Amino acid sequence: MIDGLEVIWRNLPFLMIQGFLGFGKFVGGTVRLAIPAIILGFLLGIFIGLGRLAPQRWIRIPATLYVELFRGVPLVMVIFWIWIVVPIVLQRAIPEFWVALSAFVIFEAAYLGEIVRAGVQSVARGQVEAATAVGLTSTQTMRYVVLPQALKNMIPSLVTQFIVLFKDTSLASIIGFMDLTKAAQVVNNREVRPFALYLFIAVVYWICTYSMSRYARHVEQRLSPA
Amino acid sequence: MNYTFKWSVLWTGESGQWLLSGLITTLELSALVWLLAVALGIVSGVLRTVKFRPLRALATFYVEFFRNVPLLVWMFFWYCAVPPVLPELIRECMLGHGVEFWCAVLALGVYSGARFSEVLRSGIQSIPKTQLEAAVASGLTTFQSYRYVILPVALRIIIPPGTSESLNLLKNSSLALTISVAELTFQTRQIETYTAKAIEALAAGTLIYLALCIGIASLMSWVERRTAIPGLITSGARRRR
Repeated sequence: MIDGLEVIWRNLPFLMIQGFLGFGKFVGGTVRLAIPAIILGFLLGIFIGLGRLAPQRWIRIPATLYVELFRGVPLVMVIFWIWIVVPIVLQRAIPEFWVALSAFVIFEAAYLGEIVRAGVQSVARGQVEAATAVGLTSTQTMRYVVLPQALKNMIPSLVTQFIVLFKDTSLASIIGFMDLTKAAQVVNNREVRPFALYLFIAVVYWICTYSMSRYARHVEQRLSPA
Repeated sequence: MNYTFKWSVLWTGESGQWLLSGLITTLELSALVWLLAVALGIVSGVLRTVKFRPLRALATFYVEFFRNVPLLVWMFFWYCAVPPVLPELIRECMLGHGVEFWCAVLALGVYSGARFSEVLRSGIQSIPKTQLEAAVASGLTTFQSYRYVILPVALRIIIPPGTSESLNLLKNSSLALTISVAELTFQTRQIETYTAKAIEALAAGTLIYLALCIGIASLMSWVERRTAIPGLITSGARRRR
């Protein structure tokens, strides 16, 4: 136990700075991958979610197919598709960071799109009618009336999905991206202290996700009418 | 792009056999994990709603810790932690599976159990408190109240979220490839490695997962309609879409 802690202490800079934050010799970092993945995934998710509600059939059907396809397939599969097939099509190698980032954005947008859709549908119909009645166009109605209210309703499930995404970034280690999980594997290959190392990164992940979920609960309580 | 498609690689040679055995392993793994996860989920989900505080704290710790850490980390953790402490006796009766298969069952089962637990807890909490009070008042013990009054209703309420959680479990079983369990994704990769026909192999794996997910989802929406309690649970099929 004691030498397990000693191994962690000795490799702490590598695990945290390289693996967790992503500054170092290797391209990696859990945080460096998670933050753009969350932002871009959410932006794409808004389009997918609104696409599923579009009155035009040629938008609605592709958006629905998109959601059904990616929700029925494991994330690992999506990562392998991008990792293996895109280089065949483009005829050049893609760095792991971009493979992982695009896989997460494409995959999570399907789930986030469903949350956006549910959020938009939770806004009372009268709001849309009132906005139309005062002369806003449908884009303006969406932008200034529906989305701000929908966003408020979505926050709890959005944060839950962001937590899922944060945990899913560990899958980037499968294709060799040097995130926290991969860093622990690398250290373990040298030091052979699997029990201590994996428990340590479990705690690091846990601290991040648990504080995210606590924050979500806090926001939820503040927004809900008492 | 100069890539020549050759779909026949999927059924010539050993590929078809690999896909089939991968599918069977995925189903076997998922079924075992599902049983473990549902059992853990019911026990810890119920414990999170009981009055006795130490039990509640224990269940909360289990759920919050296991649910909030990536499954991949749990895979590696159990894979490295379990084999050394495994007694010789158990090694001999592993039903024809390697030790990595059972590590995957444990990792995925304990992780999914924590997720099921949350689903069940929200189901139990959506039942009016008066139900439990009435059950206790009519002379049932706490165990009997849960067994005969709360759980039969809660388990029906949670069929839709439980289904999506079960599908997550099926999809998550693909992570067992990282500890070299020869499940569907693993076999897909193997075909790709041996035949260098990546698109065909991945398409086959993807279609099988899609078919499984859509099949299970429609089966469960049928189960949901069959088990709905008239008047208490609004038709879930309408709510889902």
